[in-house]
Amino acid sequence: MGTEENLKQLPLDDLHKAATARFGGFAGWSMPITYPLGVMKEHLHTRENAGLFDISHMQLFDVAGPGAAALLSRACPLDAAALQAGQSKYTFFLNDKAGILDDLIITRLGDEHFMVVANAGNAAADEAHLRGVAKDFDCKVDALDRVFLAIQGPQAVDVLRKAGIAGTDLAFMHGFEPKRGWFMSRSGYTGEDGFEIGLPEADARVLLEKLFADERVAWVGLAARDSLRLEAGLCLHGHDITPDYNPVDAGLLWAITKPVRETAGFIGADALLAKIASGSDKKRVGLKPEGRQPVRTDAELFDEDGNKVGLVTSGSFGPSAGFPVAMGYVPKALSAVGSKVFAEVRGNRIPVEVHSLPFTPHRYFKG
Amino acid sequence: MATTYFTEDHEWIRVENDIATVGITDHAQDQLGDLVFVQLPDVGQSLSKGDATVVVESVKAASDVYAPIDGEVTEINDATASDPSLVNSAAASDGWLWKMKFSNPDQLTGLLDEAGYKAIIG
Repeated sequence: MGTEENLKQLPLDDLHKAATARFGGFAGWSMPITYPLGVMKEHLHTRENAGLFDISHMQLFDVAGPGAAALLSRACPLDAAALQAGQSKYTFFLNDKAGILDDLIITRLGDEHFMVVANAGNAAADEAHLRGVAKDFDCKVDALDRVFLAIQGPQAVDVLRKAGIAGTDLAFMHGFEPKRGWFMSRSGYTGEDGFEIGLPEADARVLLEKLFADERVAWVGLAARDSLRLEAGLCLHGHDITPDYNPVDAGLLWAITKPVRETAGFIGADALLAKIASGSDKKRVGLKPEGRQPVRTDAELFDEDGNKVGLVTSGSFGPSAGFPVAMGYVPKALSAVGSKVFAEVRGNRIPVEVHSLPFTPHRYFKG
Repeated sequence: MATTYFTEDHEWIRVENDIATVGITDHAQDQLGDLVFVQLPDVGQSLSKGDATVVVESVKAASDVYAPIDGEVTEINDATASDPSLVNSAAASDGWLWKMKFSNPDQLTGLLDEAGYKAIIG
């Protein structure tokens, strides 16, 4: 947690204060952590109704020009030219060693036009990186100043439909620009169906008034955002993936298609291909601690003989799962579902079972 | 006649004869948020003032509850271990954590009264 003075305020800070949110620092921003509902009910509300998240701390980059697709295919392990208009893709910025600088969602908006959604904590570094790579390409990179909202949960689509918002016919991992200055995609970070909408602040205030007229909508803070994404098995950059991990270790190779690997035109390709050839000695897995005691980030993992074998990278309690949930890295040999390891918590070794991911089944709208 | 004291660490201590009942304050449970795990001490465990005696964990974080005075654990509230949300809903009553027989009554004078505690939490 940072000190209040040094933190940036969300454009809608006044609305979160009016909703009597409790705030905390995250990635340099003063963020609503919980609202009066509390993390447990906010989490469950999202799984049952429609949770509304202010994710304006995240960074949107508009990339446009004749060289836009080529730039993104260089900066990311991605064939941007092969994306259909309206199609979104989960991808990364990698460094030369194939370490993950950030994870991103890129949406093709037009022939020469893409939207990149990046994490708050990496926004400045991502911008410098992208602009650096862009020097060799004929295109323009704009860091957008937008309010960014996520509405997530089984009722999200109906809430938007009733509010008269276009785009409710999108399939999961598709996006478009519904009007000037807006970007909307069917995507999210909860494992539920839902949408993410970037828009100018004035429009956001009007939209929110409409949305909150629907009693199925409730603000959900960063605490529940974290427990939701962890149950959904989704990585948090800076924890589950960092520049010290590559997509092979992280079990994220599915995001890099065979043709992209074969063409090997992206930054980090040599290192990634070498890693694929040699195989990884560790693997990111789901972890289910025995009993009710949560195992937290940075808890060390041990094998039966007491050898240190790995690390917990995210840990919390799963309100929908009904038990503690965690993710971390273990050696290949201990990565099969059902394998037993032990997490050290305050001097005790707690038995932990390797669990399949996600903990809570995804309920995306595939169209 | 029971007397209730408070600590700066957001615990309450209700003293009746030589037995003290200890819990966390309503303010503390509100700050912690939804509790999901409570680890209680063993009956018979001897405590020194300041010992981390109970762990309460919310969805987000773990926090220690300290022994406010010296003594020996005489009873624990198992109901909080099986249903940690009891501490959220009834921090100052049914959500008590442990009882202890205390050995040094002088230590009580160092604790806060309700007005003193309220002044701290503002």
